Amino acid sequence: MIMRFSFIRREVGNGIRRNFTMTVALIVSVAVSLALVGAALLMRAQVDRMKGYWYDKIEVSIFLCGNTSVAFTCTGTVTDSQRNNIEAVLGSLAPTVQEIFYESSQDAYEKFQEQFAGSAILANISPDALPESFRVKLDDPANFEKVASALQSVQGVESIQDQRQLLDRFFQILKGLQSFAVAVAIAMLFVTVLLVMNTIRVSAFARRRETSIKRSVGASNISIRLPFILEAVVAAVIGSALASAGILAAKYWVIDARLAPNLTFIPFITWEQVLAIVPVLFLAGVGITVIASSITLRRYLRG
Amino acid sequence: MISFDNVTKQYKNTSAPALDSITLNIEQGDFVFLVGASGSGKSSLLRLLLKEETATSGIVTVDGINVAKLRNRKVPAFRRTMGIVFQDFRLLPGKTVFDNVAFGMEVIGKPKSEIARKVPALLELVGLDEKSHRLPSELSGGEQQRVALARAFINQPKLLLADEPTGNLDPATSVGIMKLLDRINRIGTTVIMATHDVAIVDQMRKRIVQMENGRIVRDQERGMYGHTGQ
Repeated sequence: MIMRFSFIRREVGNGIRRNFTMTVALIVSVAVSLALVGAALLMRAQVDRMKGYWYDKIEVSIFLCGNTSVAFTCTGTVTDSQRNNIEAVLGSLAPTVQEIFYESSQDAYEKFQEQFAGSAILANISPDALPESFRVKLDDPANFEKVASALQSVQGVESIQDQRQLLDRFFQILKGLQSFAVAVAIAMLFVTVLLVMNTIRVSAFARRRETSIKRSVGASNISIRLPFILEAVVAAVIGSALASAGILAAKYWVIDARLAPNLTFIPFITWEQVLAIVPVLFLAGVGITVIASSITLRRYLRG
Repeated sequence: MISFDNVTKQYKNTSAPALDSITLNIEQGDFVFLVGASGSGKSSLLRLLLKEETATSGIVTVDGINVAKLRNRKVPAFRRTMGIVFQDFRLLPGKTVFDNVAFGMEVIGKPKSEIARKVPALLELVGLDEKSHRLPSELSGGEQQRVALARAFINQPKLLLADEPTGNLDPATSVGIMKLLDRINRIGTTVIMATHDVAIVDQMRKRIVQMENGRIVRDQERGMYGHTGQ
């Protein structure tokens, strides 16, 4: 059945005008919940991006015995033959082990001097206090266990440190935040669904006489329900637009203007990643309202 | 055109059936008064014709269609083949006289040009062409019922159902409505009108189907409201 567009537009416009406060509530609710969904998605993208960036730079450090070491694999400072043996074991672990760097106590001391330049701590540290080490790059940071099990009982190895563990603790915190955002977003979406249902119910009730008249004149179900659904969709589109504007503003004014210049060591999400979220928000906003309003109408406008 | 074949309608939680083995035939172009006390089954009979209710047993046929077998999806299209007028007019309060009448055409997607042509002609027929931009609340009861009649008739239905159309109107106004209904009937439209209005029934001298406790107790051509001798 064909209905003229101008006729539907008039019906929808009338409905929104009569139901103005509820429509505003619906717009705000959609905007807030979708902004949270957007924030959760942005955080996930950010975590993924940082993981990719940092995992690439992650090393496994194999600290060698010094004269004060107490590990059972240590008998005083590491000897040349022990050191050569360790290097040979690392070499045999290819392709898991991709690159091997040796860092002497002197190298470590120089690095330390650089990092703590001007600090009083420097005066108490001599090159001997810093252990020499092998720095090893893996093909996949997850393969740490392979390296650890091959080396943990080799003479001359004091300890093996996985930098990923340090990072993972940080990522865990980010993940916690992300789950929190997701939980709040789900709660808000739930509220939005209820609000859509209530808005539709109120406007269906307010127009029940009109609806029954339309039905007795032979209006089809779709022509009776469509104005209600379109009213909700108009609100959802406006709400989605506000939420999208919110996340774009966050990228422009918070990430690009404030965070990125100060935290140069963190790779932030790109504009492409942010823009990719916008259609998701629109789809979610419109989809949820269409489904929620259709279900409600089926219940309240039976016929 | 319309036939009830041994139709019974039993509502849930009631002991006596609202319609009890009704058999009735109405031909194309007939004008039938459906009379009887409240609760005698007049409204149930009309509701079955509109498929607002479905018969418990028996077959209701309208224009060759077995109403019980009609799919829900097809009900709107089925209702558009008939015009309906109610006691309480049922005009859309936010729409003007013109838009109310046009609504019957809008819902079936008629083009604007056709609406612009037919609605004023019909409003002229019911004598409301001067008031086409008024709202229903600005009209008298008789005027509102004439708008409702125009809306019911806008798509030239073959069947017009009227449920106590003069119930809220004074006698003089009622006569005007009856004249319109008679006019619609004269061009071949079947009219079924449920009513209590003795004066109107007696004056029109049309076929009378009288109901009592869900049964038809009288079916008489050119009848009077009261029983013979009254």
